[in-house]
This record gives sequence, structure tokens and C-alpha cells, in this order.
Amino acid sequence: MASADLWNVRLSVNGVTHDIRVPARRLLSDFLRHDLRLTGTHVGCEHGVCGACTVLLDGVAVRSCLMLAVTADGARITTVEGLTAPDGTLSPVQQAFADCHGLQCGFCTPGFLTTITAALEDNPEPSAEEAREIIGGNLCRCTGYQNIVKAVLRAAELRSAADQAITS
Amino acid sequence: MKPPPFGYSRPESVAEAVAALGTAAPDGKVLAGGQSLLPLLNMRLATPEHLVDINRLAELSYVRVDDGEVVIGALARHAQVLADSAVGRAQPLIGQALALVAHPVIRNRGTTVGSIVHADPASEMTAVFALLDGSILLAGSSGERLVSAEDFFLGPLESDVRPDELATQVRLPVIGPLAGCAFAEVSRRHGDYAVCGVAVLAELDKAGELCRARAAYLSVAGTPLVLDLSEAGADPAAAARLAKSRVAPSADIHATAAYRRHLAAVLTERALADALAHARERAGG
Repeated sequence: MASADLWNVRLSVNGVTHDIRVPARRLLSDFLRHDLRLTGTHVGCEHGVCGACTVLLDGVAVRSCLMLAVTADGARITTVEGLTAPDGTLSPVQQAFADCHGLQCGFCTPGFLTTITAALEDNPEPSAEEAREIIGGNLCRCTGYQNIVKAVLRAAELRSAADQAITS
Repeated sequence: MKPPPFGYSRPESVAEAVAALGTAAPDGKVLAGGQSLLPLLNMRLATPEHLVDINRLAELSYVRVDDGEVVIGALARHAQVLADSAVGRAQPLIGQALALVAHPVIRNRGTTVGSIVHADPASEMTAVFALLDGSILLAGSSGERLVSAEDFFLGPLESDVRPDELATQVRLPVIGPLAGCAFAEVSRRHGDYAVCGVAVLAELDKAGELCRARAAYLSVAGTPLVLDLSEAGADPAAAARLAKSRVAPSADIHATAAYRRHLAAVLTERALADALAHARERAGG
């Protein structure tokens, strides 16, 4: 039966290339969590509403629960594990969440971090209104979002300070 | 919450895709952006025997303005269409509507053509397609055919795409020099499916008077509902009353029929006022 066929999927995840044979129906989120054991990507609703599973696909934020791993074959994926520098230094977005108390239970946080990381690449200086639009597709049941909005703005400041430090 | 098993093919050309759909017919399904199909699979609301994944057909990931039409390929993502400044100038209604389609991350994957083919009665782009009377190009084993928006929607989640056909492009007419447009909707939460929404196109004559106004509604019927509002003239309140008398929405878990009818009126008033202002601005005064 064709549906039992396995497909070779090659993905570069956080800079490491993996070749794994999976059924076509394997979701990208499950590929990351089950096949690669990268459990930083969280799975909340599995129908695209909560945003917890958001990863970067060739730098673009996407829902990993709404994508088949086989569709992503050949792509470069960044998960929350890939945001931190190799020496453990937090990325500006991660640092901003710590600074602003942008999380409580932390379940939704990986999706927020990846979503905001990609959004600040496109718009390095968002307004408070734009910060709300950036996180509009991610659900958090703890914080009430106020500190997450602050974290978006703080992350933009940290990025800009880091850029200036490099330039000077 | 995992997709059921299915056969899978990943064609490298439109011809291969059409052949794969022909082999799988009538139980094949096209996978493009997957932002509607994957939830249906995960929730087991759809169980296609075979998926034809068109994500490798880079030849279809274009959007361009061509001979009086905005032409959108089947693999152009919403975000790509929304970011295209030439499209924004040629037909501003497209961007007005796309900004209300789900959330930015969903728009990064979802395709505009896929959204129209999916024919969800709550979809913004189906209303735009119907209002502008666009057309859609379908490639099948016996050749291509072009279907107009008027004939395309058969019912909720049902469009005139045969099992062995692939929708390859959508064409939407550019806006006229004396026309303006607007989109308005109400949803329970920002980015959710709209409880009611409307796209309005208002056209002025050379004297600057309104000569034609049309509206397309989402979430009030099984398919996009297009109404001619011209008889109400340039009076948004009169247009609102007209809309209220013409829509016949049904109730569901999200809203009563009476509330939807009320929203259709309020949104018509707002969108027509905005479309008139837009038309006057574009006409130069």
C-alpha cells in the first residue's frame, strides 16, 4: 500500500543535517520532537491556532504542526534550541523575555520566541501596535500578554544595541 | 490529532501534478500551503486517499500585474501577494483583504489560490474573487479551462475543480481610475474567522458621482454573496438598510442570524463610506 511508503527527508536543523526516513503523514512538529528529540518545539492545539509549534523554515516563521516533514525536505529549520548561541548566551529575544518576565509556565514561549525572532528581522523597530500584531497568532494563557508586548519592544532595543556595538 | 495515512506524490511539474491527480481521482487532493488542509487532516475531518504536494512547483510561485489583471500563481503565498507593491497599486482590495486573512505566520504558508479553491464561506479572498468577478485557470488531463468567479463556487467548501484538475492561477481585474474599494469585517478575536465581513467596490462617473456600488459578503451564506448596492446611491446608511433586507444568514455557534444581519448592515455602511472616500481620493478630489 502506497501509504506505508517511507520518504527520505533531509533537513538542516539548527545547523545540523539529518537524513531520516518517515511516512508522508509525519508532521514537521513530530519529526522535530519524536525523530530528532528536539522537544523545545511544543505542540499545543495541532490545528494552527495556538502558535506554540512555530519554527523558522528558511528563516520564515511557520506552524510546524501544519506542515508535513516531507514537504519541508531540503529546507533549513531553526527551532527554539537554535536561537541560543553555542556558548549558551541567550538571543536578544530570549534575554528580553527573561528581562520583562514575558513567560510564566513557558509552554507557549518557544513559539513566541521564534515568531518574534523572524518578525524583528523584517521590522527591527516595531511600534507597540505592531508588536501586538506580531504576536497576534500566538496564544498565552498565563501572562495576559502585557509583558510579552514589552519583551518584543525590549528585544528590538537589545538587537539594535548589539548591532551598534558591532558597528562601532 | 495526527493525519490519517495517505498516498503521497511530489511532482516536479504541472504536467506531473495533473497526471498524479488523474491517477488518484476521485480520491486525490492537492496540498499547497496546507493551512486549511492540514487542520482538516489532523482532526480527521478529511481522509483523502492520496495527496499531490505541489510545493516543488516553483514555476507557480509568481504574482504579477499583466494586461489589466493581477495574476497570482498557485504557489504564491498570501504574504508574498500582500508584500507586492505593484499588486497593491493595481488592485488595493487584495491587500485590504489579505491583511485580515488569519495571522502573519499563517499567511507565510497559505496560498491565495488555495484559499479560493477551498471555498470556505468565511474566507476573505473568496469574497474578493467574487466581487471583482475574477477567473481561475484549471489544468486537467484534457487541457486547460478558465472558470469565472460567478460559476466557480458550488457550495460551502465546494468549488468547480474536478478531481483530476489543478488550479494553476487566479486572475483579478485591476481597479479602475474612478473606483475605490474597502474591506471590513468583525471577528471574535483578531485573526479569527470573521462572523461577518464585506468587500465593497464603488465606482464614480466623470462628474464624481457614484454610478455603481457592489458588495460581496462572507460568512452570511454558503458561498460569497454579491449584492448590487447602486440603487442606494452614495448614502451608506441607505446601503446598509438595503444590505440588511437582502442577506439571509443562518445561526451557528458563533452568532445568531439576527446578529449577523445587523453586522452586514453596519459593515456595509462603514465599507461603502470608506470605498467612496477612497474613490474620491483616487479620482483626485
